Amino acid sequence: MSQTLDIIKDKTLTYHQQVFNLAREAENSVSPLMVSDRLLRLKEEGVICDLFEGQAPYRPRYIIPDYSRLMSSGCEFLRINAPRDIWEATHALLIFYKHVPSIDYFPVYLGNLDTLLQPFIKDEEEARKAIRLFLEHIDRTLTGSFVHANVGPEESPAGRIIVETVRDMDCAIPNLTLKYDKDKTSDSFLNLCCASALSTAKPSFANHSIYSSEFSFSGYAIASCYNGLPLAGGGYTLVRLRLNTLAEQAKSLDHYLEQLLPEAASEQLAYMDERIRFLNEESGFFESSFLVQEGFIRQDRFTGMFGLVGLAEAVNLLMEKEGQAGRFGSDARADETGLTVIKKLSELVESHHSPYVGCFDGRHLLHAQVGIDNDKGSSPGCRIPVGEEPETLPHILQSAPFHKYFPSGTGDIFVFDQTWKNKPEALADIVRGAMASGLRYFSAYSEDCDVVRVTGYLVKRSEMDKLDQGKAVLNQSTILGLGIRRDGDAFNRPVRAK
Amino acid sequence: MKTALINRIIPFSSIDGPGNRMVLFFQGCNYTCTYCHNPETINTCNSCGLCVPGCPVKALSISTENGSNPKVLWNPELCTDCGHCLSVCPRISSPKVREYSSGDLFARIEEAAPFIRGISCSGGEATLQIPFLTELFRLIKENTDLSCLIDCNGGVDLSEHPDFMELCDGVMMDLKAGTERDHKDLTGRPLAPVIRNIEYLKTTDKLTEIRSVLAPGLNNRSTVELGASLASSEIPYKLLPYRPQGVRAAGVKQHGRQSMTMDAMEELLVLAINLGAAGTRIITSDLS
Repeated sequence: MSQTLDIIKDKTLTYHQQVFNLAREAENSVSPLMVSDRLLRLKEEGVICDLFEGQAPYRPRYIIPDYSRLMSSGCEFLRINAPRDIWEATHALLIFYKHVPSIDYFPVYLGNLDTLLQPFIKDEEEARKAIRLFLEHIDRTLTGSFVHANVGPEESPAGRIIVETVRDMDCAIPNLTLKYDKDKTSDSFLNLCCASALSTAKPSFANHSIYSSEFSFSGYAIASCYNGLPLAGGGYTLVRLRLNTLAEQAKSLDHYLEQLLPEAASEQLAYMDERIRFLNEESGFFESSFLVQEGFIRQDRFTGMFGLVGLAEAVNLLMEKEGQAGRFGSDARADETGLTVIKKLSELVESHHSPYVGCFDGRHLLHAQVGIDNDKGSSPGCRIPVGEEPETLPHILQSAPFHKYFPSGTGDIFVFDQTWKNKPEALADIVRGAMASGLRYFSAYSEDCDVVRVTGYLVKRSEMDKLDQGKAVLNQSTILGLGIRRDGDAFNRPVRAK
Repeated sequence: MKTALINRIIPFSSIDGPGNRMVLFFQGCNYTCTYCHNPETINTCNSCGLCVPGCPVKALSISTENGSNPKVLWNPELCTDCGHCLSVCPRISSPKVREYSSGDLFARIEEAAPFIRGISCSGGEATLQIPFLTELFRLIKENTDLSCLIDCNGGVDLSEHPDFMELCDGVMMDLKAGTERDHKDLTGRPLAPVIRNIEYLKTTDKLTEIRSVLAPGLNNRSTVELGASLASSEIPYKLLPYRPQGVRAAGVKQHGRQSMTMDAMEELLVLAINLGAAGTRIITSDLS
């Protein structure tokens, strides 16, 4: 029980952070899941990792409520009527957010805020005040960086007010995504979003036309770091395969592709299904939650997320074993090998039917996971290791072919020098090009931002400094950022002047 | 196809014209400005070979293929940009240039086309290669929607190249000095052709901006007075402070190690605005 006592005595944790950590300890004191010895061995070897999701899942990892239902009908369980003005609308949302479970305690999706609030924008000055208070409330009470809001694709007064307010407040929370569509998003809105990204590291840019076609049955949301998920549904669980750790066991590329990957994938898929089985059949979530009963979410719109990290390191290792010199990100053959690995995994995941997935023909979705704070030697998803990235253009062109395999999330991050702040429309040109090249998700910030994107989530450098000095900070994700700053590379990304 | 020597390509730039642009730096210039911050682009390499033995990573070699004249070759894969070759070159000329055909250069531009609004040709002096530029711009106009801008020192009479000017979308014109004598002292070439070019570009509506580098030790007032009168209220006029980085020793000796003070720059800004050049701005980031 020393871990429990450590949490209780930790002076860098706020009360809520202690409660959250203690709850995790309690969950992990039981082991009701039925898993194979082989899985346990793969977990021990570090090949498969469940991201400390907990030993007895009692809520889906990511929940994407249909907030438009709250706007049109209110919520019986929470005794909220359908809102009639901007104050009631923001108030209803703030109440609701506190009742949306997630793996990180705080809701990972806040809604497509501009479309939710636009009907209530009557007087601009009043709307600005309401939205500023709304966002301030979110930043100070939903204190985790995986809290994520969406705007777009169309420009609207509400969208402009939200992005301008986010830019001026310079907070880490919420994370924000612009759904960008060349036929729907105006140049002026894209320029505003680019200016905001260069000033406060958000919004990021999601390729709306790609996501819309993949999630045509439900609509989609971008939640948590950059996770694409069905609206009124979500992600049951996220387990990840560390491709480079598995590659250490490979005798050859062929051995890796034909034996190791299929075996590991099959164990991971079985583990995901077992987690989902427990959640559906034993935990009672889908029977008892008001979210389900009132139709804010539907069980048949949840899928599992098959995560992976360390493609770059895996490819480099496999190239070595094949007696080849090239490295992932700078060598065409290495990149081709990377694509072969991802295609193979995609086939393995595609060919597996999960009994609890009611969408995507019963399939789990591939997810390029961004890594966690104590990851060493595994780059996020399919990313090129920090420090080895080529210039922006070849970087985007290298990355784009991988993006199509990851409906439930992947993305690349680019840091720009300060001169770009004077010309956000130049960044807008790059966003347009990136989307036209098939990039799914694009993030940018400027070298002197206080708010920075670590791997997928945002933290304030100033809060990390405070935590580093042993003081408690409001955002529970700051500790993840600090771990990365101490052990990882995400703070050493090359600054792009070109 | 024609060829040209390219010193450097910046695939994405936010500081060389509207939007995101690819910037091409041509090798070779007809001016010898003392404050030039990339003097290695002024002279073209004569393949004397002096730089070759000292290259610490053996990125330079001499080719004597087919009994032709010796030629210094540069391997960008090995080069670490240590600067040794420039430090020993009696002409301060970079051997690190690549010869492109207009087709090869267009292929690089075409790859970047979805991400950029156009190209900006700088140098060196791009207008010394007008036949090449004409071919390149024609390829761009026939195959893309990109705009083609040039940085120009005004030494070449643009009105004599109507085919090229038809393809060129705009010219960012340098004005280096306000009197013939100052211009000759600074650049080694006359001022009159520059003024003629500016007047000509105004008549064709292709003068994108005028810009002046202002440096300690120069008659900056007379430069700005002339620049403001040429820009008037219609043309953007950019004032750029000298910076010592990259300037050759003789230039640093003349202009010093310090840039202009902000006070001095603002005084000149006010002068320009008072003379009617309403679109005057101080630019601290885009010396090119």
